[in-house]
Amino acid sequence: MKVEQISIFIENKSGRLAEVTRILGDAGVNIRALSLADTSDFGILRLIVNECEKAKSVLKEKGFTVSKTEVVAVEVPDQPGGLARILQVLDAESINVEYMYAFVERCGGNAVIIFRFDESDRAIRALLAKGFNILDGEQLYTM
Amino acid sequence: MATYYNEEFETLPRAALEALQLKRLRNVLARVHTNVPYYRATFDAAGLRPDDVKSLDDLQRFPFTTKQIMRDSYPYGLFAVPMEEIVRIHASSGTTGKPTVVGYTRYDIEVWTELMARTLATASAHRGDIIHNAYGYGLFTGGLGVHNGAERLGASVIPISGGNTKRQILIMQDFGSTVLTCTPSYALFMAEEARVEGVDFRNLKLRVGIFGAEPWSEAMRGEIEEKLNLTALDIYGLSEIMGPGVAQECYEGKAGLHIWEDHFLPEIIDPETGERLRDGEKGELVITTITKQGIPLIRYRTRDITSITYEPCVCGRTHARIARMSGRSDDMLIIRGVNVFPSQIESILVGIEGVEPHYLLFVDRKENLDTLEVQVEVDERLFSDEIKVLQSLARRIEKEIKDMLGVTCTAKLVEPRTIQRSEGKAKRVIDNRKL
Repeated sequence: MKVEQISIFIENKSGRLAEVTRILGDAGVNIRALSLADTSDFGILRLIVNECEKAKSVLKEKGFTVSKTEVVAVEVPDQPGGLARILQVLDAESINVEYMYAFVERCGGNAVIIFRFDESDRAIRALLAKGFNILDGEQLYTM
Repeated sequence: MATYYNEEFETLPRAALEALQLKRLRNVLARVHTNVPYYRATFDAAGLRPDDVKSLDDLQRFPFTTKQIMRDSYPYGLFAVPMEEIVRIHASSGTTGKPTVVGYTRYDIEVWTELMARTLATASAHRGDIIHNAYGYGLFTGGLGVHNGAERLGASVIPISGGNTKRQILIMQDFGSTVLTCTPSYALFMAEEARVEGVDFRNLKLRVGIFGAEPWSEAMRGEIEEKLNLTALDIYGLSEIMGPGVAQECYEGKAGLHIWEDHFLPEIIDPETGERLRDGEKGELVITTITKQGIPLIRYRTRDITSITYEPCVCGRTHARIARMSGRSDDMLIIRGVNVFPSQIESILVGIEGVEPHYLLFVDRKENLDTLEVQVEVDERLFSDEIKVLQSLARRIEKEIKDMLGVTCTAKLVEPRTIQRSEGKAKRVIDNRKL
């Protein structure tokens, strides 16, 4: 039920983001969702791509530090209070959200949010128990 | 004419001075041979007998003592007297995290106090002066060394130590400090802070500054003299030999530092070959402590680059003068007066789990204060996709360096292979300070 995300360490200087996207573009890798967390010195670029292994190896070849992380993609009803209800479930279980970002595409009429939890398995069980839909990798990469 | 603290010895004719040196040299060689196992073993192995030393030139046959040998003897291995005779212990940062330890007998403290009083007098300080001593007090020899000498001279000493610049300026103003002792970069930092506070140094009573513990230049001297409205003089010392007061530039001549030759025997050598160089030639300063009891050192390699002259000086002192230190013959950095070896930082980084020692030390001087940035390459073992983990890694590097070496730095995480490698060997230090 988990989705693979790749994270790339980039220094906070001009051209680095462009370099990453150019390398992926040249390799024919399609970016499905992204988030950039940054500090004054460095940033972490997090990507969901259609070909995770390929993306990782081409970036490593070019000298980037890349890691793979498992995240959870949750379908969120596209209506007021949709996200709030999900977060309530997690809060009740005392599960922390390390970070989250929205997926570009919609799934049916719903939005998709990518979550990184401190305890992914517990989060998945809690959300499924409350009837939320969790997307797996195959569904996501080909959306 | 100059005011001496100990006129007899400061102006001792060269022939008498050299006769005294020879007598003391033979004495110290005999003492270390008898009391220090390391020296006994090395002298014996080389077939050197203290009794065979008939002239000062004979010293050249003896081996050098290096910081490495002091490290191998950590902490008390080179002490030449039982611990019951030691009344003070100081230490400076070592090369692998362990400090270099020195011990003083009551006699050593007495000599240091007298030499520091001479040093202050050489810089024109006298009874009635108010000496603002901003060298750090503690294991570092700067603060206490200057302090003892100032009291001996009969001046009023303010033991303010380093830091809290606003209070330093307030006290200089209100207490009427006439002599300032600190590192040259701190003097400039104070000038800047005073300007921000609206304090004009022309309204202060400061007359002379005695600056050392880090390299500086004639250009910096000009800047300090202009901004602090005083005469800036150079002082030299190192804890291995004694502490501050090994050599001092005189107020009258302002051209080279008189090294107190009745206690220290200086040589200038080629750092590559170890051969003694001629007067005036630039090389590494080597010192033999000829009167020290606690930890006498034979031919100690200071790693400081200078030259020496025996030409008479306008101040009337007969002791040789060494030139302003122009660099180091090793990779030691002096950052805000703290000695830092790249190898120390490397061993700290290796000790932090996961940090590959691909690092670069970037040294600069901003607003007259030295800055140290430690760039560390982030490889896969180190990388986390959470910002807070990486930030806490950077903070941990900063904290460990501060705790171990006493120097504040900024840790910057950089991408792999951003640090240049030349012929397989990485360039570890970029020093952009313009001295």
